[in-house]
Amino acid sequence: MIKIENLHKSYKMGSNSLHVLKGINFSVEEGELVAIMGSSGSGKSTLLNILGMLDELDEGSYTLDGVPIKDLNETKAANYRNKFLGFVFQSFNLINYKSALENVALPLYYQRVKRKERQEKALKYLDQVGLKEWATHLPSELSGGQKQRVAIARAMAAEPKVLLADEPTGALDSTTSYEVMNLIQKINDQGNTILIVTHEEDIAHMCKRIVHLKDGVIVEDKKVKQVRVAQNVQ
Amino acid sequence: MFNKDRWNEILQVLTTNWFRTLLTAFGVFWGIFILIILLAAGKGLENGIRADFGGIATNTIFMWTRTASKAYKGLPKDREFSYKTGDVADIRENVEGLQYLSPRNQLGNFRGTNNVVRGLKTGAFTVYGDYPEIIKQDPMNITSGRFLNYGDINEKRKVAVIGINVKSSLFGLDEECLGTYIKINDVNFMVVGTYKKTNVNGDSENAQKNIYIPFTSFSQAFNRGDKVGRMAITAVDDVPITNIKDQIFNIVRENHRIHPQDTRAIGHFDLNEQFQRVVSLFGALELIAYFVGICVLLSGIIGVSNIMLIVVKERTKEIGIRRALGEGPRSIKRQILMESIFLTIISGMTGIAFGALVIYGINYLLDVSGPVMMFVNPSVNLGVVTIALLILIVSGLFAGFIPANSAIKVRPIEALRTE
Repeated sequence: MIKIENLHKSYKMGSNSLHVLKGINFSVEEGELVAIMGSSGSGKSTLLNILGMLDELDEGSYTLDGVPIKDLNETKAANYRNKFLGFVFQSFNLINYKSALENVALPLYYQRVKRKERQEKALKYLDQVGLKEWATHLPSELSGGQKQRVAIARAMAAEPKVLLADEPTGALDSTTSYEVMNLIQKINDQGNTILIVTHEEDIAHMCKRIVHLKDGVIVEDKKVKQVRVAQNVQ
Repeated sequence: MFNKDRWNEILQVLTTNWFRTLLTAFGVFWGIFILIILLAAGKGLENGIRADFGGIATNTIFMWTRTASKAYKGLPKDREFSYKTGDVADIRENVEGLQYLSPRNQLGNFRGTNNVVRGLKTGAFTVYGDYPEIIKQDPMNITSGRFLNYGDINEKRKVAVIGINVKSSLFGLDEECLGTYIKINDVNFMVVGTYKKTNVNGDSENAQKNIYIPFTSFSQAFNRGDKVGRMAITAVDDVPITNIKDQIFNIVRENHRIHPQDTRAIGHFDLNEQFQRVVSLFGALELIAYFVGICVLLSGIIGVSNIMLIVVKERTKEIGIRRALGEGPRSIKRQILMESIFLTIISGMTGIAFGALVIYGINYLLDVSGPVMMFVNPSVNLGVVTIALLILIVSGLFAGFIPANSAIKVRPIEALRTE
């Protein structure tokens, strides 16, 4: 699904440049649930941003579902993001003047899905994350866990190839973290490919594979036995 | 453009901080309001001055004779001459684009000695021998009876149309004047109508003191032969009389052996030229109104642009989210532009509406308080409103352009990082 070869990325900070990613080789198969771990500054967020086409790579190649991702202009990048990717952020990033339903329907709007169909679909995904009754509520009326669930519903609404989650539990307490992870596992069970950036060991072990990043290179890439959340919660 | 979701969004954005939206809108509102009021005031002034011309056919010259200033073809200088009815026929025949040509003779004057008698009452009035067309060139309201007609001209009837002030001088309050006779220089004329001139400039008292009798009867009764004292010549609307008056003069010069360079012999007053001068003043006034109005509007537009920049800045993160979700830059740009145009047009329309209301109020006050010198019916027409709307749309685009560009200049990743 995802194939990255010899990826380099550096940032210019004034006169000196900061080499963040130093030759990453990495691929993800369909249906995987991958945790990307590393301390801050290890380059894990940069990697995710490049995967999410929010940032450009300096060197190397990136193929997503067989499509080479290169020479992107903004219009094309937006189109690819809309078609291929779903984003979940640490700070939820819901649009605060739109209701939960409108937030979920937003990516569908960019796909030019008809209004009625959009509403139905959005409601379906809200139902999947258990927030159907909250459809008309504004984000400010939701708890942190609920917001993240709306965000996940929004990410899934466009039926993306890959779900990218940047510290999805970073702003949540452990109980709600587990709820969110439970949801992510369920979505994965349905066959969706998910990448999660995290620095929490327990969250990482709820995935099926852990990739460790350190100083811009992959130091460890192993399959793990997945810890199912359901056991933890009860 | 006519997408319900997009409009929902525009409304959502503009109403989130509606007090600020209101203040911003006020800038544009005020600009267009001032523009409308200034244009209306200019129009009011124009209407006032046009009303002073009182429907007089302005595309008109008046001609009379003076003495020749140059000797020519054996005739001496300083000689006197008169227009003849032959001149009138020649002009009619040879000059194209004329609408009315009224030769006129005049007898007496309201300042002169008494020339009109009825019974024991006498008075001094201006008596004109005129053609029926004169009422088109110098309008008057016929308050009773009728005006002169071609029957009077052809049959040389001794009939007279008198001003209401003539009537009040010669007749008692309840006396019927129509069908009675008055003596003008000892010749009896029957009164067939009375008139009242409206909208006369200053001289309204004396303007009602004229007596109109048929030109032909005048010539016969007072021994003028084929002489013509004065001519009032009006051209059709799309031919300025100023352009063809030289043709008329040349015919007269030819007929009376006047030197071609003699500028004194033919006296004339070109009403069209005077009127055009006034008209060009209105043009200048309108230009000033537009200039001032648009300047005020401009500061409103800059206000909108400014606020849109702030809105974009505030929404940087939101725009980042949208772009992460797959909204293209063009769509974002269009959104910002439409917000700006929408805000401008709505506030502008309110300004136009409020301006119209104020104009309505002024008109009402003018109606109640009676006529005011040189100010009648201030108004703006649909053309002006259309122009104002066009200005608004262009300004909205202009105001949104810089903010829209700045909205898509930030890269999505940076936009997402901002708090």
